[in-house]
Amino acid sequence: MADLFEGYAAEAEATAAWDEVFEAPDTPRGVYSSLYDALQPLSSSDLAGRKAALDRAFRDAGITFNLFGEERPFPLDLVPRLLDNPEWEIIERGITQRIRTLEAFLADVYGRAEVLEDGIVPRRLVLSSAHFHRAAHGIDPPNGVRAHVSGIDLIRDEQGGFRVLEDNVRVPSGVSYVVENRRAMTRVFPELFATHRVRPVADYAAHLLYALRAAGPPDVADPTVVVLTPGVYNSAYFEHALLARQMGVELVEGRDLTVRNNNVTMRTTEGDKPVHVVYRRIDDDWLDPLHFRPESVVGCAGLLNAARAGRVTIANAVGNGVADDKLMYTYVPDLIRYYLGEEPILANVDTYRLEEPDQRAHVLERLDQLVLKPVDGSGGKGIVIGPQASAAELDALRAKIEADPRGWIAQRVVRLSTSPTLADDRLGPRHVDLRPFAVNDGTKIWVLPGGLTRVALPRGSLIVNSSQGGGSKDTWVLAPEASTRESVSIRNRPAGMSPPVAEGPDIGPSASSDQQQQQQQQQRRQLVVVRPC
Amino acid sequence: MLSRVAESLFWIGRYSERAEHTARILDVHVQRVLEDPWLDEASAGRELLAVMGLPAPDGETDSRGVTELLAFDPDNPSSITGAICAARENARGARDVVSSEVWECLNATWNDLSHSEQLARRLGPHVFFRTIRERTAMLAGLVDATLARDDGWRFLVLGRSLERVDMTGRLLSSSISEDPASQSWVSLLRSCGAHEAYLRTYRRAVDASRVAEFLLLDRLFPRSVYWSLSMAEQILAELDGARGRARFTLDDKARRIVGRTRTELEFRSVDELVDDMPDLLVSLQRTCSTVSEAVTTRYFARDAPRSWATEVPA
Repeated sequence: MADLFEGYAAEAEATAAWDEVFEAPDTPRGVYSSLYDALQPLSSSDLAGRKAALDRAFRDAGITFNLFGEERPFPLDLVPRLLDNPEWEIIERGITQRIRTLEAFLADVYGRAEVLEDGIVPRRLVLSSAHFHRAAHGIDPPNGVRAHVSGIDLIRDEQGGFRVLEDNVRVPSGVSYVVENRRAMTRVFPELFATHRVRPVADYAAHLLYALRAAGPPDVADPTVVVLTPGVYNSAYFEHALLARQMGVELVEGRDLTVRNNNVTMRTTEGDKPVHVVYRRIDDDWLDPLHFRPESVVGCAGLLNAARAGRVTIANAVGNGVADDKLMYTYVPDLIRYYLGEEPILANVDTYRLEEPDQRAHVLERLDQLVLKPVDGSGGKGIVIGPQASAAELDALRAKIEADPRGWIAQRVVRLSTSPTLADDRLGPRHVDLRPFAVNDGTKIWVLPGGLTRVALPRGSLIVNSSQGGGSKDTWVLAPEASTRESVSIRNRPAGMSPPVAEGPDIGPSASSDQQQQQQQQQRRQLVVVRPC
Repeated sequence: MLSRVAESLFWIGRYSERAEHTARILDVHVQRVLEDPWLDEASAGRELLAVMGLPAPDGETDSRGVTELLAFDPDNPSSITGAICAARENARGARDVVSSEVWECLNATWNDLSHSEQLARRLGPHVFFRTIRERTAMLAGLVDATLARDDGWRFLVLGRSLERVDMTGRLLSSSISEDPASQSWVSLLRSCGAHEAYLRTYRRAVDASRVAEFLLLDRLFPRSVYWSLSMAEQILAELDGARGRARFTLDDKARRIVGRTRTELEFRSVDELVDDMPDLLVSLQRTCSTVSEAVTTRYFARDAPRSWATEVPA
């Protein structure tokens, strides 16, 4: 029987990254010790069998994403990623702080713009952002929330500290995989859950619905929420349907909506029904042909005006992209100090602003040692990793940067932390990141305990996006030992009392044993009779 | 209920029923060709294709050729494969309304299609037909057990009932010209899954007029045309009912057509049934498509997507 962890230590050593599981060869960190004990005796064929069952379950449930026009099951790795409670509390506080800052910044930029007056962020930078929409100026969301849902991408650097890699406050996706991964893991690996106290993630939709309802126009007592999807051919359609189903709201397409006199309605079999909150999963550009791309047929004309009139709330708000622009990202620590008067809890990755001439010169000399990212790209598109790029690619990049320094940022190559991942028939170290999701209902920012751990499946790869061959891991936040929740038993029955036993279900009439016996004798006699002499 | 979603549900009902019925019809056809030494395989095949609305192909119409066209042709939405694909595609657009179990059942069936097709090519088509029958029965069971009896369920069952009327009509018209004592009447009953129910009801040998009576008029058998029409009528009334109960004439076109067809069947004698059968069957099929259109116009109608001009045209 091959050892699953054979050769892991040497390979992990070679990546020069922080390993999530092992602090030294064959010595797991405290939080991972019981997981390690459970995995070690397993054989690779056992893991492969469970993996096949998992893929099959995902395919039948249609939990797939669309890659080059083909539906593939979202690859889930069987080894979960664990976070203990103290570590999670830091992440939770850091994310809350960041979202409060981004909300304040958005309210400011689309309002009085004091942050620009005070020179914290250059005015030119905001105005030149591709996602700054003048059309969103002066639209005040009813409960002040613009980023109802956000996903903050975190990575762990070589020293083991978490850093923010990217903010997503437009339409962050991936939360459905968090929910479905957990459901699948409890089925294929039930024994692991017995030895761990994992904080649940299944109530995400309830929190989301609460936040969306809270965001509705104030004069509507019982707001109707809808999820707006581009349609079944969208790569994240599965997620849109899952959220709508779990919230119990309609999943609409642009063609189901109409706007008349700033009232948004959806077309139902009983005529037009009013809509008050649109949780849209369509990018700004396609949302409203009246203000943005006129050729859009997936959007709904007039939506933005209805939002301005206060008749409908768009979640997340239009124009949020100005806050998660990758160049703006470099200013977020300053913004935290400016708006909240606090020091950032989670650090940024060191980033160069290429518009500043000396930083640009410094970067252009070292292109082969840095990571270069376009500021408004998503899904890992356009990223150039210096050490892995050819000379020709670097030359092309140099020309692009010189032509458009506002369009790029440069970062140090961070060796993302590694975690054991099933590859071929054993576990190898693969690089992972973490995207926790947060829901803002206007009074409280709730961070889903866990989040999406994405893993770069090719050996040595640092790009974790699913569109670039990434997979995911179930992420477990372990509850503290002395939690009060678990000690409450079902129906508040005091410990030690056994439940009263109900009467069993009724049982139908059955033939008496005499009858059975006689019937059988009868049969035997018949057999005797027909037998030829 | 969103109009778009309601339309999807209606078509899930129609396509899944079509897949099931086609599987039953083909299963019986293939078996009959094997069992009956005097049957002209090619002409029986052409007959079947004509009834199912397909023009006679250039190739062979032996049972293998017919199976290719009616079972495995992915481009024909009336073949089994095509109908399952279409049902699944519709369910995909209504993921938030159909229960997860219904969706998983359809999706797993769809995922398995190519596998069962290969199996059928090795072991004979019966395995494929049986898989389809089992999966559609499972789907019907899950629809029954996991969907609330709201408008969504109504549209699904409405689609199913209409398709059943249409399919049974086609089946009967494939057999009308034949000799009244022919074995094909038994096949006909078997393909509706009605043979045993028929025998228990009449307790005598199968003959043409009784089979027609049973399949068209039986008040208790859930695959008879009468039963399916009444079901459709009842559901249309429920859908309509919430919106103003008419005291005099009915406004709903679909209800009027279905009701009229049902009464025309209901109050006909057996002899009349047999004599008028060709016309009757043609009008039944027409009824289905006009009702389908009326339902579409009333409940599913929507604007075509609008495109916005960026500049004033010169």
